[in-house]
Amino acid sequence: MKNVTGVIFYYYFICKRKLWYFSKDLNMEKGNELVEIGKLIDENSYKREKKNILIDENINIDFIKDWKVIHEVKKSRKIEDAAIWQLKYYMYLLKEKGVDIEKGILDYPLLRRRNEIYLTEDDKYTINNIIEKIDKIQNLHVPPAVIDAPICKKCAYYELCYI
Amino acid sequence: MGETFYIFNNGRLKRKDNNIIVTTPDGRSKNLKSEVTDEIYIFGELDMNTKLLNFTSQQNIIIHLFNYYGFYSGSFYPRETKISGYLLVNQVKHYENLDLRIELAKEFLLSASHNIYRNLRYYNGRNGKNVDLEKSMKEIQSLRNKMKDAEDINQLMGIEGNIRKIYYSRWNDIVNQDINFNKRVKRPPDNMINSLISFINSLVYTTVLSEIYKTQLNPTISYIHQPGTKRFSLCLDIAEIFKPLIGERMIFSLLNKNQITEDDFEINSNYLYLKETGKKKILMEYDKRLMRTIKHKDLNRTVSYRHLIRLECYKIIKHISEEKRYEGFKIWW
Ligand code: SF4
Repeated sequence: MKNVTGVIFYYYFICKRKLWYFSKDLNMEKGNELVEIGKLIDENSYKREKKNILIDENINIDFIKDWKVIHEVKKSRKIEDAAIWQLKYYMYLLKEKGVDIEKGILDYPLLRRRNEIYLTEDDKYTINNIIEKIDKIQNLHVPPAVIDAPICKKCAYYELCYI
Repeated sequence: MGETFYIFNNGRLKRKDNNIIVTTPDGRSKNLKSEVTDEIYIFGELDMNTKLLNFTSQQNIIIHLFNYYGFYSGSFYPRETKISGYLLVNQVKHYENLDLRIELAKEFLLSASHNIYRNLRYYNGRNGKNVDLEKSMKEIQSLRNKMKDAEDINQLMGIEGNIRKIYYSRWNDIVNQDINFNKRVKRPPDNMINSLISFINSLVYTTVLSEIYKTQLNPTISYIHQPGTKRFSLCLDIAEIFKPLIGERMIFSLLNKNQITEDDFEINSNYLYLKETGKKKILMEYDKRLMRTIKHKDLNRTVSYRHLIRLECYKIIKHISEEKRYEGFKIWW
């Protein structure tokens, strides 16, 4: 099974076609150097100064309280589901690496809201399920159909999808 | 959308902090805004060093070099950052399998010859001479039909050669200036029009290269032309489609409006070399043409001529990923 990155996990909730393209390295979004948590932990073995981790342009995770709480600031709640699940996925990955995360915080300063996220046993089950589904999508011979949704207009893949 | 710089001056091109500076021998200097630069064309004699090249590479800027006479020498092409092993494998597969290869090559050349046909149609009965290009148009159409049945690449290229022959034979009718142009001669070009074609084809080639660079396509694996050791042959393939629209229409217009005349050539060189003034006029016009826009039917967006080339790359990507059959760009307006 191919290693499922945080971005791919996130794309699962946004658009499965985008997920497919991305996993074939047909990446249209420029300028985001992806740093994957797993790699980072291996390389830096918990260096304290590496506590702010940019995972992709959407997710910027802060560790607060000595790797116990991960914290993510978002502007809007538009794609909250994807954000919640991505956060849960990071907690899941970190737990697998032996970092025992207590909780995650989704922070919407503009809306003056905070959302505490916990990873339950059920969630772990769901995540495993999703990983399996992601794997199936990645193995499709051709990408899933265009979703024809309003987000397409702003998506970096628009031209590739609609040409 | 990045910018393109054309440099004619002699002098020095250097990196200073995060800027790229051109300095002329008399001390004037200009800052090319490196963050927004995509390409630099160099026609003058410039000194530069590895510090500059490392920087342009890091900024994903391509440098195209032309020699003193205006002939394309090559490009300094940054390390590929967009690589997809998946796509590369499929690109190769479409080259190795002859059926797959000819399918793509045919679509390239059918599109190219459609665009040639449209150029003739555009000038048919125009420009005061009332020239009748109908007969040649018919011949081209029937050759295009033969193209559809071609069984191998050589046959295909033979037909394409015949189409170009007919096309070139009518340029004297399309062009108002009195130039004796009958056939394309490449090395060396032996009259004004041949020199213009050589120069402008190399511009189209470099533009295609810059656009391919922004995608995951590998520029060395091609379908009509032999995969290149000397050149990025996929650029040649794709350029075929755009030469009639971007290059050749420009040649007709430059000559018919007398923007380019014999005076723009070194007469003693037997019209082999364009003077600097001539090159500058062409580049200005070329740049303008690349920025011309049309409304794209499938995308429902306005796109520039230059961007049409990128869209072509996307269509090719979808074809070789076996997602959607490639339909080459054909002038539709
Ligand atoms: S344009 Fe639409 S279908 Fe295509 S990747 Fe983006 S969101 Fe998905």
